[in-house]
Amino acid sequence: MTAVPNATEPTITSVLVSGVGGQGVLLVSEVIARAAIAAGHDATQTEVHGVSQRGGSVHSHVRFGTQVHSPLIPVGQADLVVGMEKLEAVRFAHFLRPGGAIVVNAHEIPPVSAGSDAVSRYPHDAVSVLRSHGLRVIEVPATDLAERELGNGRVANVLVLGLLSTHLPIPVDLWSDLLTKLVPERFLELNRRAFSLGVALGGSLGREPAMRAATQPDSGGVL
Amino acid sequence: MGMRDFLSGNEALARGAWEAGVRYATGYPGTPSTEILESLVGYPEVDTHWSTNEKVAFEEGIGFAVAGGRALVTMKHVGLNVAADPFMVFPYSGTNGGFVVVSADDPGMHSSQNEQDNRYLARMARVPIVEPGTPQECLEFMRQAFELSEAFGTPVMVRTTTRTAHCKGRVSTGGRREVPPVAFDPDPRRFSVPIYGRQLRPLLEDRLGRLAIYAETTPFNRVSVTGRPIGVVANGISRAYAREVLPEADYFDLGLTYPLPLVGLLSFCRDHETVYVVEEGDPFIEEQLRAAGATNIIGKDLFGICGEYSPERLAEAIDGRVFARALNTSIPAPSRPPMFCVGCGHRTVFDALGQLRVTVAGDIGCYTMGALPPYEAEHLTFCMGASIGNAIGLLRAGVKRSVAVIGDSTFLHTGIPSLIDAVYTRTPITLLILDNGTTGMTGQQPNPVAGYDMAGVDAPVLDLEALVRAVGVKDVVVVDTWDRSAIRRAVLSALAHDGPSVAIIRGPCQLLPEMRARDLEPLVVDESLCTECNACYRIQCPAITSGPHGLPTIDAAACVTCTVCQQLCRYDAILPLVGNGHAVPSMPDPADGGER
Repeated sequence: MTAVPNATEPTITSVLVSGVGGQGVLLVSEVIARAAIAAGHDATQTEVHGVSQRGGSVHSHVRFGTQVHSPLIPVGQADLVVGMEKLEAVRFAHFLRPGGAIVVNAHEIPPVSAGSDAVSRYPHDAVSVLRSHGLRVIEVPATDLAERELGNGRVANVLVLGLLSTHLPIPVDLWSDLLTKLVPERFLELNRRAFSLGVALGGSLGREPAMRAATQPDSGGVL
Repeated sequence: MGMRDFLSGNEALARGAWEAGVRYATGYPGTPSTEILESLVGYPEVDTHWSTNEKVAFEEGIGFAVAGGRALVTMKHVGLNVAADPFMVFPYSGTNGGFVVVSADDPGMHSSQNEQDNRYLARMARVPIVEPGTPQECLEFMRQAFELSEAFGTPVMVRTTTRTAHCKGRVSTGGRREVPPVAFDPDPRRFSVPIYGRQLRPLLEDRLGRLAIYAETTPFNRVSVTGRPIGVVANGISRAYAREVLPEADYFDLGLTYPLPLVGLLSFCRDHETVYVVEEGDPFIEEQLRAAGATNIIGKDLFGICGEYSPERLAEAIDGRVFARALNTSIPAPSRPPMFCVGCGHRTVFDALGQLRVTVAGDIGCYTMGALPPYEAEHLTFCMGASIGNAIGLLRAGVKRSVAVIGDSTFLHTGIPSLIDAVYTRTPITLLILDNGTTGMTGQQPNPVAGYDMAGVDAPVLDLEALVRAVGVKDVVVVDTWDRSAIRRAVLSALAHDGPSVAIIRGPCQLLPEMRARDLEPLVVDESLCTECNACYRIQCPAITSGPHGLPTIDAAACVTCTVCQQLCRYDAILPLVGNGHAVPSMPDPADGGER
């Protein structure tokens, strides 16, 4: 088997965001896509609506660059995979390209209706499992941090977004403008603080654009 | 042109219809079509509303368009089955004002019960098909579809798939163009089909012939030929996947997929060694190309018919190539199926039905999840409104302990005629109407039981109980959906009754704004009283998990105080959090973009 020559590579950046319905996966992916457009890129974002609000698995594909054809990220072509929850991080890890990085929110949401078997097979050790496969894992306790620092775990998604912003080739000020535009005013301050917290975390890893960061071997960044 | 926006395919379709001067839009909610009307209702120039079902919507659209105005009708693919009757007949008379029906197909069955390819229905009806592939095309093709409709006097189908409907991208938008109504002459020779249909029939073929000529030169289709040996013929989102995998090929991009530009396509085939026909769904293009004589085409034999396409599926099919990837295979992960929301009123119903071991004929809505573990208490599910007819058949076949379950919106959509049939045939069905006051599965669209319309304007509230009694059902009860024992009693009583029985099981959907805005008093497990009998786990509420000491614990931020776990606890160990010595957590609701 040989690799498919990708005409659009390396000018396309692909980010897959996964999580559970209600975690704000779609907001994360939409802000990335809009920020990319504001930065002058072509961008697409896609996911499947429908039953995801019923606690199911949700994943959204964002792609941006000079010209994006397929809104679906081909398996093995994601620069970044984001798991807002451990099980969903494991489920979508195979989308990573060689040298890509996977961001894992160290948060657990056990499946409820899948029966006791599924619960017992929950990957509590997701981070070490992913590392054992040679993947570059960026572990972030986003939900815990948001609860502890901001008093609200539900803004973990915006915290992760802040972290991602330091890894994507998009100017910093564009993100802030978008939050103002997309978040209702009464929640804006909370979301801004969550975003800043994420930016600070990302900064502590080194502000490397994803394309370069992702070509380096697994440095095992843990926050 | 000039304004730029970031829109989904559905939002762009709405925008395109608005720009085209559409004045009337209707449909029935169904994934992946719902957001078109939800977006269009924001444009004041368009009279937009949800209809009771797709057939009604389609017929309203016919009336408006025949009277001369531009009308849009939207539905998911199986919705067109419901509207198939007017859809097959309308082309005979043709339209005055522009008429476009959106058929949103669902390859991969993300949220559908089948994978039907509605291009065949359009071909059967002699209706031209326009298929956009990007959000920008959704806008432009919709606008042009109205021009096409009026130029040929024909209804037009705009066919989308889940990916084109839900993918977001950059869109250049324009202004609205008001279109004067086309003159309406209520001529029975044109619009009264049974008598005059025979005269209209050849005209339908004439129009199709003219459309076929138009197809050869229409800007809906685009050919890019640079003398490469490989050619690709593709439609919709498949065009994007093909470009990802075969960047070094010539392309015949089909935007008008019926009638096909066969002259141009055959010439394209002759000019290339090999032509890949890339189309999700059925071999609609491929079969017509083969019938026209093309021999160097590769399609379904290679790419397959079932399920959704993707770039990697095409790459692997073409020559076993794979994109370089960090992992050779996916890591096994337990599934996370969708489930009833915290406090959902359906949970008690399926808990009771499972315990009673009855055979359940279900219907289309959130309650199809009653078929999943742990309930597995929905045994038949086919299509909108089928539960009641299915239950009649089950009873007639001797399956005595059978129950039909249907939601309020689905009952109004296509359930009523079957209930009339049950009364008329004196079949003692047991029907549970789960009335949560909304069309839940597709995102809480209001319907006639809601008391308001999609614009938020007050509307008459349909009285379900009176309706059921009016068709002749004598045994009717109304039950609180969060009262476990009352539901059980109602089902047992209805099963014992020797005529048709209806239990209206009532309680609003927890996702309705008025339910989300309530002041809640979450419940908590008192660990000193809990005996670890684990009875509360049985209802599989997502808010109840195993706590640090192995005892059940209730997530106070998630609990909506439906009290069902409290009813299950024989030790009174589940109590209100407030006034119980526990701190009340603050629960601000950050706009986190919760899934729709």
